[in-house]
Order: sequence, then C-alpha cells, then structure tokens
Amino acid sequence: MAIPKLQPERWVDNYADYLFNYAIGRVSDAEMAKDLVQETFFAGLKSAKNYKGDAAERTWLVAILKRKVIDHYRKRNSKKGKAEVRMGYSAQSEAEGDWLEEQVADPFSTFENNDLENEELGLAIQQCITKLPKKQATVFAMKTIQGISTEDICNELNINPSNLWVIIHRARTALMECLNKNWF
Amino acid sequence: MVSCEKATLICNKAQYGEASFVDILRMKLHHLICKTCAKHSSCNTQLTSLCQKAKLRHLSQAEKEKMKETLSQHR
Repeated sequence: MAIPKLQPERWVDNYADYLFNYAIGRVSDAEMAKDLVQETFFAGLKSAKNYKGDAAERTWLVAILKRKVIDHYRKRNSKKGKAEVRMGYSAQSEAEGDWLEEQVADPFSTFENNDLENEELGLAIQQCITKLPKKQATVFAMKTIQGISTEDICNELNINPSNLWVIIHRARTALMECLNKNWF
Repeated sequence: MVSCEKATLICNKAQYGEASFVDILRMKLHHLICKTCAKHSSCNTQLTSLCQKAKLRHLSQAEKEKMKETLSQHR
C-alpha cells in the first residue's frame, strides 16, 4: 500500500481549528493555545520524514500537540518557571475573593463533568464541520462560531442572503445527521 | 399559512435570533399541522444549544493567514 503523503500546505485550513479547540481545552488560554498549534505545525514540518502513514494526518498532529501541551506544563513547573511569581485567590482561576469556604468542592455536584463533556462535544462538532463541503463549513463557522452578521458574510463571500440561508440550512442538516451518528 | 420551505427558513433564522415575532408565530402555526417540520425544528434548536454549550472557538482568517505565512518561511 502506498504511504499517504502529508500535505503541510493544507494543514492550517484543515486542522488549525480542531487543534486549537483541543489545545484550548487543556491550557485554557487562547494566546497560549494558538502558540501551541503553531509550534505543532513547525514540529510536524520538521519531522515530516518520520511520518510512516500508520495514522491519519490529523491523529499524527494531535499526537504532536499532546507532547507540546506536556512540554508547556513542564516548562511552567521547571525551576525557572516556578521562580516567576504567580499569585492569585485560587491557584486554578483568576477569580478574586476572600473566603476559603468558597473553594470547598460541593460533594453533590456533577458539575465538573460538564467541562469534560463539553470539550468532547466541541471536538465532535469540530470533526463534523471538517466533513462539510468547504463553502458550507466556512459559512457555518462564520455565522455560528464567530457570530458575524448576515450582511457582513454576504459582502465578504459575495453571495446574497437567500443563498446564505440555503447554505446554512444544508450545513445544519448535515451536522445534525453527523452528530446523531457520532454523539447521541 | 406558510409552506414547509418558508417554515424551515424562519426556523434557521430563529436560531440566530433574526426571525421576526410574526414569522415565528407563522412557523409555530405551521408546526401544528406539519409534524416533520416540528421535529426538524426541535432538532435544529438542539443543534444550536449544543454549539453554544461546546463553546467552540475558531481562529480568525487573519490569524490563519499569519500562521500560513510563518509556516511557509520555515519550509
């Protein structure tokens, strides 16, 4: 079987958003996540010759990103990283407050599962979006995720509003089907 | 009475808060007699809530262009 070839020139278009969502779930800082994705692409380019083709391109990139995330935390916890002063109300968040009681976990809450589940949901949706035809994916992402107004999208992509709604409709129908299969 | 096509269009607009009140009433009326549209509409609403729950973030086109540029410099 022929070894599938990497296509670095299409990485950003195809995987940047997926990897970005993956990273943001782990470092919870948009700027940092962006940098990690960029580093992942660099590392991917550098070791492209080691790609043996036993995993899909995306899986391979996610594997690299995982290492990058680990490196990120390692760096933060290295001697030099620890020397930087990071002080806050609680170690995990930027929130401000005084009371220790506020930080005690609620024993009956199942709330903390939500974040985990939402992250998986996000990746599932993202995966479904990548399966859409390019035009539908762009329009859907602009409208739903970036929240750009109908008018602006029409101007930018040079389509008329009724055209846009048809594209949105097709995208949504395809997404529903895809999520029905992969999520529920 | 609105047609099924019109009802779906209103439904899609409603997902982005761009449907007028009168249109939504028309759609609801249509749903009373058309179960297919009613089902589609509820699925559609569910999709919206899923998308909001997942808090999807996308890189903007400009950020992607920048990424591409830096990548091509390294090749």
